[in-house]
Amino acid sequence: MADIKKLEAFVTQVRRDIVRQVHKVSSGHPGGSLGCAEFISVLYQELMERKEGFDMDGIGEDLFFLSNGHISPVFYSVLARSGYFPVEELNTFRLLDSRLQGHPTTHEGLPGVRIASGSLGQGLSVAVGAAQAKKLNKDNHTIYALMGDGELQEGQNWEAIMYASAKKVDNLIATVDLNGQQIDGSTDHVLDLGSVRAKFEAFGWIVLDIEKGNDIQAIVSGMNEAKAASGQGKPVCVLLHTVMGNGVDFMMGTHAWHGKAPNDEQLASALDQNPETLGDY
Amino acid sequence: MKTYENTGSKDTRSGFGAGMTELGRTNPNVVSLCADLIGSLKIQTFIDENPERFFQIGIAEANMMGIAAGLTIGGKIPFTGTFANFSTGRVYDQIRQSIAYSGKNVKICASHAGLTLGEDGATHQILEDIGLMKMLPGMTVINTCDYNQTKAATIALADHVGPVYLRFGRPVVPNFTPADQTFEIGKAVQLQEGNDVTIVATGHLVWEALEACKVLNEKGITADVINIHTIKPLDAEAIIKSVKKTGCVVTAEEHNFLGGLGESVARELSLTHPVPQEYVATEDTFGESGTPAQLMEKYGLNTNAIIKKVEKVISRK
Repeated sequence: MADIKKLEAFVTQVRRDIVRQVHKVSSGHPGGSLGCAEFISVLYQELMERKEGFDMDGIGEDLFFLSNGHISPVFYSVLARSGYFPVEELNTFRLLDSRLQGHPTTHEGLPGVRIASGSLGQGLSVAVGAAQAKKLNKDNHTIYALMGDGELQEGQNWEAIMYASAKKVDNLIATVDLNGQQIDGSTDHVLDLGSVRAKFEAFGWIVLDIEKGNDIQAIVSGMNEAKAASGQGKPVCVLLHTVMGNGVDFMMGTHAWHGKAPNDEQLASALDQNPETLGDY
Repeated sequence: MKTYENTGSKDTRSGFGAGMTELGRTNPNVVSLCADLIGSLKIQTFIDENPERFFQIGIAEANMMGIAAGLTIGGKIPFTGTFANFSTGRVYDQIRQSIAYSGKNVKICASHAGLTLGEDGATHQILEDIGLMKMLPGMTVINTCDYNQTKAATIALADHVGPVYLRFGRPVVPNFTPADQTFEIGKAVQLQEGNDVTIVATGHLVWEALEACKVLNEKGITADVINIHTIKPLDAEAIIKSVKKTGCVVTAEEHNFLGGLGESVARELSLTHPVPQEYVATEDTFGESGTPAQLMEKYGLNTNAIIKKVEKVISRK
């Protein structure tokens, strides 16, 4: 049984980490990071079967691939607070000689990161390959992937979506962060995605919605449902309906904070709304 | 002069297929991916013998590169296969981010490189691929000269950790290197010894360089002929040692002079031992339809072209 209170405290601290990282270097992507804070926290703290330590092959454990790499602040925070590297290292986000590059990379050897991402649309293909490697290795663990909704405008996704069902990659649970926002405005405005559910279903996937994508209990039960649906010959898609900027009132529901850092007063306000729970770095 | 015998003309891509067949039997981690070109890549035997280790991706090269990167996460050694054009230019960003920058152990194997796709024309040819791949940090770039060398190179790749671009062609060409050779990545192979000029050749142009040597010998010109199968990392030591003796160099490749072998050689020489250099390469152009022989003649990529450039470079000494 998930300890919701404990997870809530974890997420609150992750929110603090996100805004502090971005504020310190006056760059980065807080909006999408905050929107996915609950999801990625629940993945690492509750859902994924993980081994101690880190190795690149990840045999014998569940793996997660972040395709929309610009939400690195939330990824780094959750990784650090899940024990992959020292929490203090969040201080080096986007600084010269840091392992915490603006977008995640394997190049600097940061534990927890198995693929570089940032150039959008590539993560699902990698996740499919990793899922097929698990099958070859007779490793009965699950591959999780997260991509943004705007990212679905990249054609490579649809190559991977077609392939995953055609080749019955059913140890894969891919989540789309449906926050409806991208850099230039709403996804409806920039390039309307139409029905993402209908598209995935047409490509042969099992599709589940998590309507309250920022509600920890809803994520836990939705993802458990997704897990139960996997292993039946079809890949599973989770449509995670989130609010961009969730947890910081002036950042919520707008694309304005997609890639903008808060100033000193805005940081203070964001931190006031998210009291320290696990200790700042 | 040492003579090289054509032990039976074959296509280099069949050497790739034969190498994959052997790897299928000897290395359980090797997996093969293909984008709807099994016949062109000559990998049917690997597929027949290892169906679970073959991934038919369909006409979706970007996805193929990503899946290959993913397969390494689990210890597999993926060999991707499609035409050189679709193995490089079409998927440059996928290779850059998901393979090279991510340091993934993917072998990008590219058939039908250069002009020799012939009648299909420029859309299916590529003369920029060596440049594209060698510019990626950490990428090893190999261009083999015949069936035997392509087979040996393919087998050697499985033991090399890191991303590799392996380039070979379609047409049937003389097979003249030893069948039992071991392929050493980054190690030049000296085929002829001479005093007047160094010819550094790669791919199909290696045989043409040997043929050119015969004609040059009759004219009293002797040449060092170096088979540079690995363009990156370049065996600069072997090249510099030779030009210190001969005082000039001709580079020969089925590629644009921009970004190819010739440029890599020129850089090394300019840093340590500048000498006159001439390029047998295409002159910043796209290809066109025609038979391979017609195209080699028109674009100056054959024995005659090498002879002319040798005579020119010697006159510049």
